[in-house]
Amino acid sequence: MTSIRHFPATHPLPDWRNFGVMLRVLLGVNVLALAVAFLLSPGPAEWLARYVETAALVEPLLLLALGLLAGLRNPLRALPLRLGQACVIALVAGLAYGQHLFWQSLGFGDGANPLRPPVIAAAASIVLLGYFELRARAFSPAQTEARLAALNARIRPHFLFNSLNAVLSLIRARPQQAEAALESLSDLFRAAMRDPAELISLADEIALGKQYLELEKLRLGERLAVDWQIGAVFMGLPIPPLMLQPLLENAVYHGIEPASEGGIVRIVIEQRGEELIIAIANPTVAAGQHASGNQIAVANIRERLALYYDLEARLEIEAGEDNYEVRIILPCRKTSR
Amino acid sequence: MPQDKPLKILLVDDEPLARSRLRELLGDIAIQFASEVVGEAGNGIAALEFIRENPVDVVLADIRMPGMDGIELAGHLGAFPQPPAVIFTTAFDNYAVQAFDLNAVDYLLKPVRTQRLLTALQKVTATPHPDSAVLADIGRKARGGGRTHLSCHERGRLLLVPVAEVLYFKADLKYVTARTVDREYLLDEALTHLEEEFADRFMRLHRAVLVAKTALAGFEKAAGDDAEAYGWALLRGVPDKLPVSRRQWAPAKAAAAG
Repeated sequence: MTSIRHFPATHPLPDWRNFGVMLRVLLGVNVLALAVAFLLSPGPAEWLARYVETAALVEPLLLLALGLLAGLRNPLRALPLRLGQACVIALVAGLAYGQHLFWQSLGFGDGANPLRPPVIAAAASIVLLGYFELRARAFSPAQTEARLAALNARIRPHFLFNSLNAVLSLIRARPQQAEAALESLSDLFRAAMRDPAELISLADEIALGKQYLELEKLRLGERLAVDWQIGAVFMGLPIPPLMLQPLLENAVYHGIEPASEGGIVRIVIEQRGEELIIAIANPTVAAGQHASGNQIAVANIRERLALYYDLEARLEIEAGEDNYEVRIILPCRKTSR
Repeated sequence: MPQDKPLKILLVDDEPLARSRLRELLGDIAIQFASEVVGEAGNGIAALEFIRENPVDVVLADIRMPGMDGIELAGHLGAFPQPPAVIFTTAFDNYAVQAFDLNAVDYLLKPVRTQRLLTALQKVTATPHPDSAVLADIGRKARGGGRTHLSCHERGRLLLVPVAEVLYFKADLKYVTARTVDREYLLDEALTHLEEEFADRFMRLHRAVLVAKTALAGFEKAAGDDAEAYGWALLRGVPDKLPVSRRQWAPAKAAAAG
């Protein structure tokens, strides 16, 4: 079973193949370059020119170093931490020195101290490695798990009590249906009480969502229509548990229950390139009614996505005139993790 | 408690299974408490329609329902000369439950227990109808907005005016009238309360006029020194012109543009 212990940010030596890490490195180095340019330039007019000059030297080096580090991720991580970090610094400094020699040989050199580029590059690497180490500590597995447990999706009491009430009314007339409903209810609560650090397969999450909607159908009858559109996706993909169900619950609570004539909840799951898209849409009911409360579940899922995927996953909301859609976009590489 | 005849009960809940559960429970306690389920309704509007035509002693009403919720239903019932008693049912509504406890309004938590239902029924006819101001306040907080309908009593009959269809409210001496595209209704309401309750939908144009922001179509400056109004507002759907005070002129134009 895949779990949170594979979370990218928990290793002090970052995963250079992770999009979030790359973005942070690119941004960090450029902010440093901006700061250096600011310190070295006499006035604001020269600041930008100075930065462009610095960038011309920094960017090729940066991309080359990131590429090499991505390739060397596993051997570097296999080393003891301090040695691994030293290797990263040496690698970057060496590259900077090499680049300096290369420029010199082309005749672009300014004749400055040949040790300056490697020293600056090493200093920048130390700053960034320090940042990643602190970040890894902040996201240590224990703390991440604690935060996840606190964020663990909660099923609304409103749903629990209404469902129990519906089951009670089935017991005499339709005992078999009542039994099936109680079984589904217990599956749902077992899922809600599971260790939140454990990932589950997309297929299981979909099955759970279907069980949940069956229970809602019991209560709401024909008012609730459901349209599943599942494309060609990898059903074994491990995903964080209870991503789908709280969004379905929101869709029913805000989109179907307040409407006398009901409506359709549409779920589209598809793969686009290396991304898995889960979209849940419901009709919008009279503005202003039951608008609050929706944000809690969404904010909760957003934070959990950040804990599991860092910057590689996102949650989008499209609130139209008569339609409300939430989309979760997850990275979906069969080989990863 | 011996009864002369069985109490007539109306079940109001948007979930059919919840209604059938209550029906079963009422059957279970039939020996201790004689009652007769005279009808079922899926929301407040349907319930009011039923009560208009049929005598009902007790209404068992769910709080959260589409169209018109149970709290608003009770508020409209309060305007009847002899309103049926109301017992609220709810699966989980923290705010309403706390407010009911404070105001001694009777309610049942779902799943409903037989014994609790029996106790509630035994004392229900003696309990006074919940105060309308209290209901209005609870309703507004529980549903996060104003009522969906206003009631208008015409020759002893109850008419429901959907708030969404009202173009403007106008106060004349004693009454407030509500204008829709089709007609006018006399309401037993105060303009200041309406302004407060529907602040997001209506705005004041004049001392005696509230207009739906979406109904504003245009403005006309008053000719010369008209004492009654600084200018006039034109509306969508009806030829009426509404007076606008000097103070509300700029905000009204901004609301119409936005």
